[in-house]
Amino acid sequence: MFGCGLYGFITRKNMIAMLISLELMLNSVDINFVVFNRYLFPAQHEGMFFALFAIAIAAAETAVAIAIIINVYRLAKNVDINQITKMKF
Amino acid sequence: MESLGNVIMYVIIALTIIVFSVLAVTTKKILRSATYLLFVLLATAAIYFQMDYEFLGATQIAVYAGGIVVLFVFAIMLTHKPGEDAEPLTSHKRILGLVACCAGVVLCGVALFGYAKFCSQTLPSMSEFNIDRLGQMLLSTDKYGYLLPFEAVSILLLACIIGGVVIARKR
Repeated sequence: MFGCGLYGFITRKNMIAMLISLELMLNSVDINFVVFNRYLFPAQHEGMFFALFAIAIAAAETAVAIAIIINVYRLAKNVDINQITKMKF
Repeated sequence: MESLGNVIMYVIIALTIIVFSVLAVTTKKILRSATYLLFVLLATAAIYFQMDYEFLGATQIAVYAGGIVVLFVFAIMLTHKPGEDAEPLTSHKRILGLVACCAGVVLCGVALFGYAKFCSQTLPSMSEFNIDRLGQMLLSTDKYGYLLPFEAVSILLLACIIGGVVIARKR
């Protein structure tokens, strides 16, 4: 029980430095997968493989997001979401 | 009952994760935020190691700590002047964030205590699992094989490399 007790708190931070907190959320979800897999179904490894693929997809997503951010910075000279309104409808 | 050393290690890792993740989203300097993110990722890898998923912990360190944090640091260096602070948030957004955060914690707590009675006190012994078995599962096509997601991820990574180059290159 104490194995599952504390890691639920990990999911409670988000919303601010958007991409970094996105990474934090993805990581907390990965921990959830792995810990539930390990404690509830120790004979199987689906959660572990799911976490493995989630890590790979998170890496891809971060690379694309950073490419977009660099491109936006080149166009608009800042990365503040309040000042990038050119694409707003 | 688990050994005392394991419990102490677990508490240290959990406290590290909580403290550094709170710091990562509350600090003013964005580069410091990336550094705290690195500590959180390393502590996550430590949790994986503690659960005997050595390959997953190694992947976590290699992909996240080795790749993503370096990518973050490059992006921060490219898009920020050194020493520049983040803008303070408006109170409206902060209240919204706190509400969402509390809702998330309550939801997770309910889910956890629903499952708490299934959890055993000790780490259940795992069926024999090593790199050999993992590789065979990853590349097999039978019931617990993962060949299709493996190939899908490889195609996704290829598309992501090409997309990143196309998006970020100079015109």
